Amino acid sequence: MGTLYLTATHVIFVENGSETRKETWVLHSQISSIEKQATTATGCPLLIRCKNFQVIQLVIPQERDCHDVYISLIRLARPVKYEELYCFSFNPKLDKEEREQGWKLVDLNEEYNRMGIPNSYWQISDVNRDYGVCDSYPTEVYVPKSATAHIIVGSSKFRSRRRFPALSYYCKNNNASICRSSQPLSGFSARCLEDEQMLQAIRKANPGSDFIYVVDTRPKLNAMANRAAGKGYENEDNYSNIKFQFIGIENIHVMRNSLQKMLEVCELKSPSMSDFLWGLENSGWLKHIKAIMDAGIFIAKAVAEEGVSVLVHCSDGWDRTAQVCSVASLLLDPYYRTMKGFMVLIEKDWVSFGHKFNHRYGNLDGDPKEISPVIDQFIECVWQLMEQFPCAFEFNERFLIHIQHHIYSCQFGNFLCNSQKERRELKIQERTYSLWAHLWKNRADYMNPLYRSDHSQTQGTLRSRMAPCNFLYKFWSGMYNRFEKGLHPRQSVTDYLMAVKEETQQLEEELEVLGERLANLQKSQLNDNKDKSKQQERSKQLGLSTSNNSLANTPQEYSNDLKSFPSRSPSQGDEEDSALILTQDNLKSSDPDLSANSDQESGVEDLSCRSPSGGGCLPSEDSGKDSDEAIFLAV
Amino acid sequence: LCPTAPTDSGCPPPLAPQAMLRSSQPLTGPNRKRCREDEVLLGTVLDEGERGFIIDTRSAQAAKQARMTGGGTEPKSSYPQWRRLHRPLERGRQLQESFIKLVDACNDTTINMDRWLNRLESCRWLSHVKAALSTACLAAQCMDREEANVLVHGAEGTDTTLLVTALAQVILDPSCRTLAGFQGLLEREWIEAGHPFHLRCAHSAYSHARLKQEAPLFLLFLDCVWQLSRQFPFSLEFSERLLLTLFDNAYASAYGTFLCNNEKERCLCKVKENTHSLWAWLNQPGERQKYLNPLYSPNALVIWPSVEPQSIQLWQGLFFRWIRSSQYLDEAWAEIQWLVEGSEPPKDSAGNRLSRSLSDPTARPENAR
Repeated sequence: MGTLYLTATHVIFVENGSETRKETWVLHSQISSIEKQATTATGCPLLIRCKNFQVIQLVIPQERDCHDVYISLIRLARPVKYEELYCFSFNPKLDKEEREQGWKLVDLNEEYNRMGIPNSYWQISDVNRDYGVCDSYPTEVYVPKSATAHIIVGSSKFRSRRRFPALSYYCKNNNASICRSSQPLSGFSARCLEDEQMLQAIRKANPGSDFIYVVDTRPKLNAMANRAAGKGYENEDNYSNIKFQFIGIENIHVMRNSLQKMLEVCELKSPSMSDFLWGLENSGWLKHIKAIMDAGIFIAKAVAEEGVSVLVHCSDGWDRTAQVCSVASLLLDPYYRTMKGFMVLIEKDWVSFGHKFNHRYGNLDGDPKEISPVIDQFIECVWQLMEQFPCAFEFNERFLIHIQHHIYSCQFGNFLCNSQKERRELKIQERTYSLWAHLWKNRADYMNPLYRSDHSQTQGTLRSRMAPCNFLYKFWSGMYNRFEKGLHPRQSVTDYLMAVKEETQQLEEELEVLGERLANLQKSQLNDNKDKSKQQERSKQLGLSTSNNSLANTPQEYSNDLKSFPSRSPSQGDEEDSALILTQDNLKSSDPDLSANSDQESGVEDLSCRSPSGGGCLPSEDSGKDSDEAIFLAV
Repeated sequence: LCPTAPTDSGCPPPLAPQAMLRSSQPLTGPNRKRCREDEVLLGTVLDEGERGFIIDTRSAQAAKQARMTGGGTEPKSSYPQWRRLHRPLERGRQLQESFIKLVDACNDTTINMDRWLNRLESCRWLSHVKAALSTACLAAQCMDREEANVLVHGAEGTDTTLLVTALAQVILDPSCRTLAGFQGLLEREWIEAGHPFHLRCAHSAYSHARLKQEAPLFLLFLDCVWQLSRQFPFSLEFSERLLLTLFDNAYASAYGTFLCNNEKERCLCKVKENTHSLWAWLNQPGERQKYLNPLYSPNALVIWPSVEPQSIQLWQGLFFRWIRSSQYLDEAWAEIQWLVEGSEPPKDSAGNRLSRSLSDPTARPENAR
């Protein structure tokens, strides 16, 4: 039982709890779909599915009210203008300079410098400075020294969306590189001298190898079908010294359906093991994850072990290409496994190279066929690697989950629009805040306690195996069942170990101080006993008693005889570590008096006249929820 | 003595006055025989107005059919305060087949990712883990939540019965989660209770000889305990390594602990006189610490696992033990150990320097940095 509020940016449900006031905040941007379900005795259920895999069921007693809420939510969840998005009203109370600094935290020029560029083989090119050559590429691209502006422009005309081959990653140990592009417009027989020269230039930029790999991440059939449309792939006969390779990763439509099927499995009520495994297999999701990973492994091997450069493309070079290049970089370079490095990686291969965030993740209402969980898959690949190599990443699972959350939340401006050009036109950096600064500020929450920069797992290339290792791919319940508390261990080992680490550090520092004091005391020849007792205290203190055994959990329903009820244990009301709290805190602190903002609540106006409480425009609904049911649907 | 005498089993948490009992099936037979002593025995367990649950690990149909061969179930009229629940658990041939299929699948290097989950599903091993955990949780729930007494039996009382009672105790009783307590649990609920190890753990999964009596109940138990350790990483005093060692020793051992099929046989073979005990070896100070869980912190509460499919995972440490390197996971555990215990730090810590300088007062302590 509780009250439902609709604001310009959130749906808020406040439970009528006697002691604790439990609030559930959902950003409109997070809403993926709303379903009106069949009316029951208690009322009309509305099922809200979110892009961060939260599922909420509201039961509204009156059918008419339910319909109104439904209509309002539909409108609110499908903004048509960027200005409707939360990032433009979000106010973390930072001043202009802090906002700017936040945006400067990740600097791609610095990153390419770190790689060792510019150098004798690679240079920065400003040929795209006004987006004149390719409007989905950044203004600054890195190309081989021997690629003149003429070659670049010529090549761009022969590539889908004019996305010519450009540098993604350079390995200074052996000069091998990973370049990326889109498919060539080769059709059945077309050729382009400049494009062929471009690939030659890439090859020449690596004196250690006399050929390059060209990797097409599409299934062969799809690529061949593209030829009929005047596009296609590189013909080994025309391009000298290339070895061509298909690595079949399915397209965005297949992936969208795959996720859909997997989420259906997650929504099954009390599935048997068979139901679950069948459903998971049927969705094909893990198979796709593995395909992306295998492609990344292939490229990483080519670069690290063979010392051969690779050119990667798919169709348009902004989905599968981004996935595969970033996985490969992660495997190759330990820097990307640090927190900062990971942010840089996403900024480089996803944001700057024009991954279509708006289309893929539905910032604005658009074509549902463009929606696809592309970056979600990449993030999952990272998680799978973290499970295989627990010491290798500086950040933890929570970091990944929060990043995924914010890609959809539109609370920060990093993942808006479809290209750098669009973002600059909208002046994103002047009008919104950077997620990276926010995460960086809270980095203590995101650390992996098992990470040590001098650990063997963190050095050099991560050697993951391609086969046989099907079993290494696990279902990520932390992401897809994120809000079902009953499924997860009650206390996080990560948090515990971080607490231990912190305390140990503090004690070590104290010991340093004591050590110095001891040196002074020894000089003045005091007796030892006093100091020995301090050391004993230290070892006693390290027997930590963080409250890790006071978390009583409740049993789920193990039997259908004792009670017929959904199989999830009810929400205990403990702190949800999700970014819901992030948004809640921030909104609260900046929440203007909402009664003054009636015009912002478009679509909600019709309800305000029905509001029982006279003041303000906040419609309040009595959502007649069954008191047994937790707000998080027993899915 | 009446051959169907139930034996008192686990010690539930001190606060709860409930008892968990185990037995074999009542020999009701086709003529619906009754046994006064049995009824009295079960009657005395319950006080006035108290209820009891009988958890029968056979399906209702199988239990009925058992009457044809002299067995059966407790008729309601004779045992009025007891309510019977059927929770069929796989055992015998089927379970062994499941095990063999799983090991086959794990070793198959040719499977595509396309087919892997199907293969895993068709083994049904994880389904058995889920069923075993659910049933144990049910028994525990009856005792802890419904405050009722519980009687568990299957057919013989030597397989699925023990699985359920032992697992329920790990769930309910924190003392069973200590290293010593767990050993005691195994002694009581598996060895003394008469699980026929010799017959059940004869050849394991690679043998072509499909022995009739072979079945991996004990492995299933260990797998369930492993699931618990994954869901409650702080609550078990022992580590996965102990479980793997127990698995090894159940099949082939230098020690006499798992020999024979019951106490009677062990007496006849003079096992205690002629062999060494596994526990004696494990509990040596040097050995013991290898089996401890560095994250352990005594948890006085009941641990209720989730039995949703997402929560039950394939025990990689066992089934892929020889297939994939555990190097990275071992390194992770070493890190955890080091973090928690501060033992064998890779760099010279302030603690080490301080203790060195304390033990040698004449030595000049190095600079703090």
